[in-house]
Amino acid sequence: MSPLHGAQIRITMGFSLEGVRLTHANGFHALRGVDLHVAAGERVALIGASGAGKTTLLRVLAASLRPTGGRVRLLGGEPWVDSPRVLRRLRSRIGLVHQSPPIPPRQRVVTAVLAGRLGQWPLWKALASLVLPVDPEGAARELARLDMAERLYARCDRLSGGQLQRVALARVLYQQPELLLADEPVSAMDPALSELTVALLNEEAVRRGVTLVASLHAVDLALRHFPRVVGVKEGAIAFDLPAAEVTEALLRDLYAAEGALPLAGEMPGTPAPGLPPLRCA
Amino acid sequence: MSTPVRDPEALPRLGWTLLALVLLWPLLRLTDFRPAALFEAGNLQAMGHFLGGFLPPETAPEFLAMLARATVETLAMATAGIALSMLLAVPLGLLMTRSLSISRLGPGRGGWVGQILRGLARGVLAVLRGVPELVWALLFVRVFGLGAAAGVLALGITYGGMLGKVYGEILESTDARPARILLEAGSGRLAALCYGLLPNAAQELVSYTVYRWECAVRASVVMGFVGAGGLGQLMDQSMKMLNGGEAASILATFLVLVLAADGLSGFLRRRLA
Repeated sequence: MSPLHGAQIRITMGFSLEGVRLTHANGFHALRGVDLHVAAGERVALIGASGAGKTTLLRVLAASLRPTGGRVRLLGGEPWVDSPRVLRRLRSRIGLVHQSPPIPPRQRVVTAVLAGRLGQWPLWKALASLVLPVDPEGAARELARLDMAERLYARCDRLSGGQLQRVALARVLYQQPELLLADEPVSAMDPALSELTVALLNEEAVRRGVTLVASLHAVDLALRHFPRVVGVKEGAIAFDLPAAEVTEALLRDLYAAEGALPLAGEMPGTPAPGLPPLRCA
Repeated sequence: MSTPVRDPEALPRLGWTLLALVLLWPLLRLTDFRPAALFEAGNLQAMGHFLGGFLPPETAPEFLAMLARATVETLAMATAGIALSMLLAVPLGLLMTRSLSISRLGPGRGGWVGQILRGLARGVLAVLRGVPELVWALLFVRVFGLGAAAGVLALGITYGGMLGKVYGEILESTDARPARILLEAGSGRLAALCYGLLPNAAQELVSYTVYRWECAVRASVVMGFVGAGGLGQLMDQSMKMLNGGEAASILATFLVLVLAADGLSGFLRRRLA
């Protein structure tokens, strides 16, 4: 189904969170009442200090964590109300790029990328592809966009952290999700590659008219590439503004606990930062 | 100034260690475990006498021909038994594996259904392997009469229970995250198994299966009791006739088969590495 079929679909294709709360089993309040409404085709960056709840929020949006309270609507469905079959269909339309992608080390890159469509393929096709990859061209196409085409038949344990992150990205691009989520997708890449990769995610979202939500540790990347920026602090939304309206005061407050603003390069219009970007493990 | 670095778990750990030691002692007493008896002069002589009866191994051509035929029969029974046991073990083992549960994502609804099914699978596997293969064999002899069918079926059932339990546990102890992110992207259970768990678990699964096949070869001694033929029956006859030389040749054959199984396992593990 093409995502651009008029206003009706545009409304049902976004997502909305209403008063979403999530308390982990150990009693930690990861999300404390999050309201977030995003229309189809919007591109949103999530920023905030480590442990602010960005990953939890993304996993709620990926229908992989069930909130303890509140209402979640994704792409016109309600994951925790719908039947398991409908939920599985919904999940195959959502793609989340994980920060440290858990890809089996013995798997070949081509298989890891093709696994993106397991939710859409019948079982026989998935099994056949283990013997002989059914769509190596498709996998190669997505890898080429990330400058990884020559590693198509390499084993994943031969890759660096940044390359593995690009394989995970290629998998989600190959999945062609209608809701594209990314959890610090460039945390293992150098600044130049980070820039290219974040640009690519945005380009993909614009080209296919799909919704993009990415959490980024580097604030400047978020401000440069995303029209809408959401600041997350202590499990709640601190601000939700167009990128141009995010002030330095807001950012200082958001990262008060970390002491310095995490940047990949230079802030537009601010003095050069004193610290290199913080990298999460 | 020094801050105390006392391990908060020190007391429980110490307690469990002491308990394990205290429990072990009466167990050794109960089994009348006296390793020194092995080396008492009279006992050494008795053992030497017994083992001496095994020499030299029987090498008469007609016996060797019989041995070869019995070996082939044994391999056929062990292989058929393992194949049968995998028919039981694979579905039950998968059913037992929590990492392949879709309802646990979230966690979603219907989790109790999965929990009951997992418990049932665990129970069925325990019953299958809880009864020794000899008892199953004696039961099936009443249905199929003396012969290989009863033995193969008995092996299949007991080993199905063992394989299923260990398959499930190997899959459980494999990194569950690759399969979980596939399930979270809408993949089915079997596809998540093949793309997420097997790449990491295949080596161990294969090596355990080959080891069980090796055990099945040895278990063919049991088949002798139910007249299934093979090395077991040959062994039974030789022992009854107190023919130590023949028994030694049969034991040597077992040794070769075990070494072969070891080689096969090593080869497969290298292929899957």
